[in-house]
Amino acid sequence: MAEIILDGVSKRFPDGAQAVSEVHLTVADGEFVILVGPSGCGKSTTLNMVAGLEDITDGELRIDGERMNERAPKDRDIAMVFQSYALYPHMSVRENMAFPLRLAKAPEATVRAKVEDTARVLDLTEHLDRRPAHLSGGQRQRVAMGRAIVRSPKAFLMDEPLSNLDAKLRGQMRTALSRLQKRLGTTTVYVTHDQTEAMTLGDRIVVLQAGHVQQIGPPQHLYERPANLFVAGFIGSPSMNFLPATVQDGALATPIGDLPLTDRVRRLLADADAPRQLIAGVRPEHFEDAALVDEHRRAEGLCYTAVVDVLESLGSEKYAHFPLEGERASSRQLADLAAVTGSADVPAGGPGAALVTRLSADTRAREGAELTVWCDPDRVLLFDPAEGTHLTGER
Amino acid sequence: MTAAPAEPRPAARPRAPRSEGRKAERRLGWLLCAPAALVMVAVTGYPILYSVWLSLHRYDLRFPAEQEFVGLANYAVVLTNSYWWTAFGVTVLITVVSVAIELVLGMALAVTMHRTLLARGLVRTVTLVPYGIVTVVAAFSWFYAWTPGTGYLAETVAPGSAPLTERAGSLAIIILAEVWKTTPFMALLLMAGLALVPDDLLRAAAVDGAGAWQRFVKVTLPVMKPAILVALLFRTLDAFRVFDNIFILTAGANDTSSVSMITYSNLIRGLNLGIGSTMSVLIFLAVAAIAFVFVKLFGTAAPGGDARGGGR
Amino acid sequence: MSLSNVPVGRRKAAWAFVNTVVVVYALTPVLWIASLSFKTRETMTDGHFVPREWTLAHYADIFRTDAFLRALVNSIGIALIATFIAVVLATMAAYAVARLDFPGKRALIGVSLLIAMFPQISLVTPLFTIERALGLFDTWPGLILPYITFALPLAIYTLSAFFREIPWELEKAAKMDGATPAQAFRKVIAPLAAPGVFTTAILVFIFCWNDFLFAISLTSSEASRTVPAALSFFTGSSQFEDPTGTISAAAVVITVPIVVFVLLFQRRIVAGLTSGAVKG
Repeated sequence: MAEIILDGVSKRFPDGAQAVSEVHLTVADGEFVILVGPSGCGKSTTLNMVAGLEDITDGELRIDGERMNERAPKDRDIAMVFQSYALYPHMSVRENMAFPLRLAKAPEATVRAKVEDTARVLDLTEHLDRRPAHLSGGQRQRVAMGRAIVRSPKAFLMDEPLSNLDAKLRGQMRTALSRLQKRLGTTTVYVTHDQTEAMTLGDRIVVLQAGHVQQIGPPQHLYERPANLFVAGFIGSPSMNFLPATVQDGALATPIGDLPLTDRVRRLLADADAPRQLIAGVRPEHFEDAALVDEHRRAEGLCYTAVVDVLESLGSEKYAHFPLEGERASSRQLADLAAVTGSADVPAGGPGAALVTRLSADTRAREGAELTVWCDPDRVLLFDPAEGTHLTGER
Repeated sequence: MTAAPAEPRPAARPRAPRSEGRKAERRLGWLLCAPAALVMVAVTGYPILYSVWLSLHRYDLRFPAEQEFVGLANYAVVLTNSYWWTAFGVTVLITVVSVAIELVLGMALAVTMHRTLLARGLVRTVTLVPYGIVTVVAAFSWFYAWTPGTGYLAETVAPGSAPLTERAGSLAIIILAEVWKTTPFMALLLMAGLALVPDDLLRAAAVDGAGAWQRFVKVTLPVMKPAILVALLFRTLDAFRVFDNIFILTAGANDTSSVSMITYSNLIRGLNLGIGSTMSVLIFLAVAAIAFVFVKLFGTAAPGGDARGGGR
Repeated sequence: MSLSNVPVGRRKAAWAFVNTVVVVYALTPVLWIASLSFKTRETMTDGHFVPREWTLAHYADIFRTDAFLRALVNSIGIALIATFIAVVLATMAAYAVARLDFPGKRALIGVSLLIAMFPQISLVTPLFTIERALGLFDTWPGLILPYITFALPLAIYTLSAFFREIPWELEKAAKMDGATPAQAFRKVIAPLAAPGVFTTAILVFIFCWNDFLFAISLTSSEASRTVPAALSFFTGSSQFEDPTGTISAAAVVITVPIVVFVLLFQRRIVAGLTSGAVKG
């Protein structure tokens, strides 16, 4: 059990590349913290620095108040699960799990008992004498977990432990992992590029981009009040719609119509000294088929009518896509986001942006037909295009 | 974009080992490579320079006192000598013919090893026998096989004649011995290339309407071209050094000497180091020219590629 | 591939035929020399592929003569020592090539490539002279040195290809599991690297065992002459009336280890020979 503190931890590689810049993070005892971000954002490097597999260039790492910077990995008493599982191919499952205990010179009886206990918890008992090569992906993953928990370390570090599993198994393992962590109550730092995994697993999430922490907070907080365009676009699936918006005549002009500005928003904009050109962000799930909204609420919201060009039915809900006229919202952070998530590579199908809406399964929407969608103006977030900052975060 | 797409892991950056900087890694690298590099340079670098120096001198072990600098005179002697050019012609002939046959046979053998439905292990094991066997042993086997009276081949294929006593027959048998011994090596390199052709690519070609032969010529061969070129390069350079088979089969009789053979004879029987070194340098230049042609003209990816010419 | 539309039974028959051709091709010369070694002196020149009368007399002969026994000892000793040294040096260099980043790495690869392509005859004349001056001519080290040199490129390439295959993340995993760097090497990396080193050793041994050119050029007596060189001197030598049988017997003796290696380690040898060829 341990508290892990990263105090301004930075990593600069010998070739001068700055991989991680001044990360300040306190992981409380027993907490499950997720480092999430796109490929190359510095999340794995950060984890490796905690592990001791990578030197810390600047700043201090403390575990239970003790400085760890110079300690070898073996003297930090933390266990790690790797993406590739890193099982020793020349050892049986039993030997793999016993390896850390044997290195710690535990008595043979203890080793035996602990390995068998752990195997029972992870449902690996019948595979104990097999080699990793003869196990399925899920079983290998469990062996890797077993090797980490068998010696009851102060903390677990996990580097994308589920990303080599197929989608269905990944979902099941996610739940199992969550349950296991709650039961053991061991401090855990978990790295992933998958925002769904981050949202469902963590007590708190750290969003990293280009070596900088973008935001730290509980999943719901990140979803509702993203600190900037990057976090807003990265968290949530499908992603938030970003629309260019202009403040004029006390309202907000967007490609899907004018939004009234409430007093609260007007005050926040004034306090922030916001420019007239803004970016409005609306999540797909904050739209609804106008026909399904009652008259009263409809009048308070914004209605947009257009021809649906693609309709995707997921059974429980439907996604309606609309082409949008005019410019896309543009911002450096949005460009970064598109580059790292790969959406820049998807053919846009037209010069303008597209609006994605997530509607109730009861909608009568049809492809090629007109549809009116409604959105709740209170759910619209406003961002500063230059800095990417979220302007309407305060309530 | 619906979900964050599965991403590749960040490209592995060259990382310094823990608690040690770049310098330490560099030092360790040099330290580990130094012994191998020293041996290789000492045993090849110095002698080749010495060889160049010798080639510019008159140096005959029978007349050690008459050592003197003669400039390029040795080169003039060798390059105007008809024995040298005969040997050169023989070497080129053996190289070209045997490598060409090996390419075809090797490809067939590679496809067999790669695709056979039965006894794949047996076929591969058996194929390694010619690769592994001592060249001299194989050469004796061929020698006795073609010796009139003693040999099964002499009696059945060419009764009443002695192919090893005439030039054409000797060359044909030398080529046969070379081909037999080194085709497996060629086949193994080609098989490695075949393994690089994804099955999906062949299925795609089949769906696109390509027949078996078209798939081989239009998909398999182009995809494995780098492997073919590397195999050809190494076999060509190796064939150019042909020595063992000629030594046992004909000892260079009837104008069947290769350049290696004639250099050897000159050294051991003639003891003329100046002329011998001149030949050494010329062979080295010829080999360098072959390698250059392969790398420049065909774009063989030499440096990253494979470096085993030690097939014999 | 070319037979994919033919029924399985006929495809199998076709492959059985093709495989038989391959087996006959590969084994005939070997069986022939073996056959000669078992023929009696009287039937030696009958031209039959299978001996009519069998004898072990030739084997008894060669093991009675010093010429062969000395050569066999030389062959084994020189090949083993050269293999050991070459593999040790190559393991160090290949580890550096596969795992470390340092200036001069490309130069090292370039030099070993050059040596792999090098016409060995070009070294014979200068080495002959140099070794005579240094007193290495006609000694074991006189052959071991060039063998190491020409085996090194082969060994470095094969080994670095094997080393690249080792999942080095295991080294990190071992450290996280509480191993010191030395323990991580001994318990995790060494067991994984061993098969590659062993395979390389076999390839290098075959190379040294095979050499003929250096063996006849850099030796002059039984002191260091290896079997391939000694074989060529059996011919016309007065100590045997007719050398065919004894040469064949000696040839079979030095073929045995090769056949044993091939039978036991086919998979490894194929992997070793093709490992470097595949990846740029």
